[in-house]
Amino acid sequence: MTAEEVSRMSLECKPAEIVKKVDIVTTATFAPMCSSGMFINFGHSDPPIRMERITLNNVPVHAGLAAVDAYIGATENSPFNERYGGANIIEELIAGKEVKLKAWAKGTDCYPETELETVITKDTVNEMILFNPRNAYQNYPCAVNSSGKILYTYMGSLLPDFGNATFSTSGELSPLLNDPYLRTIGIGTRIFIGGARGYISWYGTQCRTAGERTENGIPVGNSATIAVIGNAKEMNTGFIKAAYFEKYGVSIFIGIGIPIPVLDEDMAAAVSVRNDQIITKICDYSIPGHPEIGRANYAQLFSGQINIRGMKIRTASLSSVYTARIIADQLREWIRNKEFMLTQPLELFPDNKNLNSLHRSLIKK
Amino acid sequence: MKKRLVLTFPANRVEDPIVYHLIKDFDVLVNILNADITPGREGKLLVELKAPAENMSKAEDFMLHRNIKLSPAMKSILLKEDDCVHCGSCSAVCFADALKMDTLSRQLIFSPEKCIACELCLKACPLNLFSLNLA
Repeated sequence: MTAEEVSRMSLECKPAEIVKKVDIVTTATFAPMCSSGMFINFGHSDPPIRMERITLNNVPVHAGLAAVDAYIGATENSPFNERYGGANIIEELIAGKEVKLKAWAKGTDCYPETELETVITKDTVNEMILFNPRNAYQNYPCAVNSSGKILYTYMGSLLPDFGNATFSTSGELSPLLNDPYLRTIGIGTRIFIGGARGYISWYGTQCRTAGERTENGIPVGNSATIAVIGNAKEMNTGFIKAAYFEKYGVSIFIGIGIPIPVLDEDMAAAVSVRNDQIITKICDYSIPGHPEIGRANYAQLFSGQINIRGMKIRTASLSSVYTARIIADQLREWIRNKEFMLTQPLELFPDNKNLNSLHRSLIKK
Repeated sequence: MKKRLVLTFPANRVEDPIVYHLIKDFDVLVNILNADITPGREGKLLVELKAPAENMSKAEDFMLHRNIKLSPAMKSILLKEDDCVHCGSCSAVCFADALKMDTLSRQLIFSPEKCIACELCLKACPLNLFSLNLA
């Protein structure tokens, strides 16, 4: 069953009944996730080159990895087109399109070539490994703008004077919200990523498991994250899509699905969670530090309107529940057809992890 | 009768109080939906006009005599619906309710007849699927 179906079931069934009826729940999300990218190995040329500076369709990519390995950061921008960047390169390579590679080097005795220009596709390169250091935030604050001018952010266009509120989650369908204490999701968990099978490789950067939780165990603010890995050659662009946020830059929609085994009554209760039971902070993006100005649950946020300080505010999600449902259905079918086997995590995430901030004391003004 | 029109003002007419005349002289009900006016440059005004047919036709003649181009404002925003991922970013900025998320299917519903061509969706769509078609 999908997590949404179980949430509906929970209106009539208690966890004790759900644990008998349901073995596995599929969860999913499809949303812009900036901390994403792809390792690529181009193969060696003759004569060989130790690539020190690399561009793909004029977008700079990270080259400080041996001779012909690179990492394409999703948010890397083209210096010539602000709407084009690493995310577009990743999407185009997955789609099978040709991408222009340029590389420069000083030339060494073992790698004599100093300059190279060619065209690559996913069939000419050795590996394309999607590796995203931070994806699938367990929960994330909703954004508003109290100032007098429009703000262009990674949370979309925030209209002045509380003109709208944007948030990003698939709510009761979202992977980490269905396992709030991460009992079944950990390092080594097999997942759906971008249309292919992949894995959780580690806890994500900025993963926070020590934050405030509501009575049902759900974290209120930005909380746990996952680092994920998968073979991008097997992925498809229905679930990996480049995005551009006005005056912010390039980002990428990533589709992730995670199966959750209903081990006991506690897990049955966890996967039964409904949008009205998940609360998030509402933060003002026009004030430094984005202070919290209120809270709302996801049933309210998905309804299209919330009330804050007596104001009715239009709400909208940046995350596509429509596509997340397609992923959850696909994963359910894979599991039914035995094309996808569940794994037990090799190791669980640290349970009391908090965040550090970057000190500015040594920055000269 | 009701009409939704884009009025295009030549640069030398931008400071002419056309709306005043539409109301005072022809008793036309004017609702301004969008305006892009800079002195010294061509200006555009998206309006909904309501008046009896006779007044409407007189008002239109009046504007044409003053070199104002009138064009119907239908389908002023185009959406590449096939590429839409139904994220909902555009619905966050659409105050005319032309772009709304269906609360059950979570799909975007685009109602072009409600669009006032404010153009906020052009910048809000992360996939750049909207374009302007000011006929």
